[in-house]
Amino acid sequence: MAAEPVSDGALLEVRKLEVAFNTPDGMLTAVRGVSFDVERGRTLGIVGESGSGKSVATQSIVGLTSGARISGQAHFEGKDLLGMDEAQLRAIRGPGIAMIFQNPMSSLHPLYPIGWQISEMIRGHESITRARARKRSIELLARVGIPRPERRVDDYPHQYSGGMLQRAMIAMAVALNPRILVADEPTTALDVTVQAQILRLLRQLQDEFGTAIIMITHDLGVIAELAHDVLVMYAGRAMEHAPQRPLFHQPCHPYTQGLLRSRPRLDAVGGRLTPIPGQPPSMISPPPGCPFEPRCELSFGRCSEVPPLLAEPGGDASHLYACWLPEAGAGS
Amino acid sequence: MSEDVLVRLKDVVKEFPVKTGSGFGRHTERLQAVAGVSLDLKRGETLGLVGETGCGKSTLARCVVRLLELDGGQVIFDGHDLSDASPAALLPYRRRIQMVFQDPYGSLNPRRRVGSIIGDPFEIHAIGTAVERKHKVQDLMALVGLNPEHYNRFPNEFSGGQRQRIGIARAIALRPEFIVCDEPTSALDVSIQAQILNLLAELQAELGLTYLFIAHDLSVVRHVSDRVAVMYLGRIVEVAPSESLYDHARHPYTRALLSAIPAFDPDETREHAAVKLAGDPPSPLDPPTGCRFHPRCPRAQTRCMSEAPSLLPRHGDGPDHLAECHFPLADGETL
Repeated sequence: MAAEPVSDGALLEVRKLEVAFNTPDGMLTAVRGVSFDVERGRTLGIVGESGSGKSVATQSIVGLTSGARISGQAHFEGKDLLGMDEAQLRAIRGPGIAMIFQNPMSSLHPLYPIGWQISEMIRGHESITRARARKRSIELLARVGIPRPERRVDDYPHQYSGGMLQRAMIAMAVALNPRILVADEPTTALDVTVQAQILRLLRQLQDEFGTAIIMITHDLGVIAELAHDVLVMYAGRAMEHAPQRPLFHQPCHPYTQGLLRSRPRLDAVGGRLTPIPGQPPSMISPPPGCPFEPRCELSFGRCSEVPPLLAEPGGDASHLYACWLPEAGAGS
Repeated sequence: MSEDVLVRLKDVVKEFPVKTGSGFGRHTERLQAVAGVSLDLKRGETLGLVGETGCGKSTLARCVVRLLELDGGQVIFDGHDLSDASPAALLPYRRRIQMVFQDPYGSLNPRRRVGSIIGDPFEIHAIGTAVERKHKVQDLMALVGLNPEHYNRFPNEFSGGQRQRIGIARAIALRPEFIVCDEPTSALDVSIQAQILNLLAELQAELGLTYLFIAHDLSVVRHVSDRVAVMYLGRIVEVAPSESLYDHARHPYTRALLSAIPAFDPDETREHAAVKLAGDPPSPLDPPTGCRFHPRCPRAQTRCMSEAPSLLPRHGDGPDHLAECHFPLADGETL
């Protein structure tokens, strides 16, 4: 694939991203050559299990992974993110790319009122008065569905429930009207009922402001609810990249197929589930070939030798996957 | 008591003291985490227990295995009332009742070898010689899909799924009849979760186990359970055979919970996303009067505010489908 930005409509273009950390046990490469585009008004779902590198991939491009060795390219509105210094990145984080994390309790300072924290964030980027910023905070809390925002704006984080805190985090994230909202497992710590509320809220915000969303999750249900395009990651690599419906209905990569099969269905009781055997590989000494090869029932000689790259074996430029199987099939 | 009932809960109540207020207003209130729960578990069945955070499901589980003292009601195991049994009197029952915990990282001592962790039950109940114990532990490891040669490893050398297998091996060591599984797969990835759910099903078939299976993931509960109980603010609001519960839910709360499950597939056409269950559950320190669900219920009427409904069959359901609601939903009716 060309190293230059290809499509002209993308807000964010990430090419051949590699992120490595130096750990006491050796070099750990968390992300190995991942490319994706994020477009205005659309949601890219990045799905993967723990340790797949899905969070590191997005955190690294906005400078939130200290001590990481990053290579590849990441262009936001044409500007090279990886070449920026901390001050430039700080100017991007918030108005350009805003983030919501899994655990809202640990993302807010426990000793300051919620409204104060939102106001300070706004004042960090715009020169407005305290009173104006406070008014904006109240409006934002109202937007995300906090009841009686003019009173709750002075509450401390411990006075909010988990769902309300996540709403407050979303209020803070959208305060500067970001072009891209990165939601990193935003509903994992929440109950299903609250999760449904939060997902609905994200959809509304997208419809209204055309915000692009990167939804990072391990839950294919969340992907089915929200994503337009899906990137499946495993052991730091992109395994499959496709629009939402084809990914669910014609998954091509054996890993994606296994992941979809291992979910219990609501409409079929009992019986055995079809798990993926084995467990993810070590990231410090990953297998030389396809990272999924040790768990793959369809693997053959070549899989354990050379890692396949994301390609379009089906001839469909929108549906990419990294697997040697189509070539084996073509050869035989 | 009918013969096939292994565990019977009768009006179980559990309260915790909570300090509230500040300065001179500081005082202790009683938080009722479990507010009168009655349930029967039949021998060999899996009863699923679902509910949101803070509904009291884990507290109920700890009451059932008597890790907590009850503040009211009874836990009857195989005809014996364990509610007030002393620790010594409980010991013989501890062999027959076991628990698998949610967090496979927090529930294993990191400084002890896996073989000795799994062998603990034999030591506590003074079963066998050291050599016999080692063999038994290795048999157990093989049974749950661990490599018996890893007997001398430490927990940190195992992945989350393997640790959960260690927890399960320890739980089945004494061949119990009843196991309480408290969110056994919620810390695991989907592909690993399926492995553990299959293992639990195999062990149930092989050893004739009865499970109380607690989880917040309704698709998982549906998959494993013969019957499902739905808990809200310390009360069981609906209990029914799985199929009946998922297809003909009577209680508005059950319907709301089901409608909140994310789609399985992008094209799914379930009653979905349309149902708005507003807000969060109220504080159990000050539960609503009447029906505890009425402040969030779209069907609530004045009667719901004053009069608590009881757990009864509704709309001509059989005695196995009970709902605690004055205005239950009929088949085909939507919230």
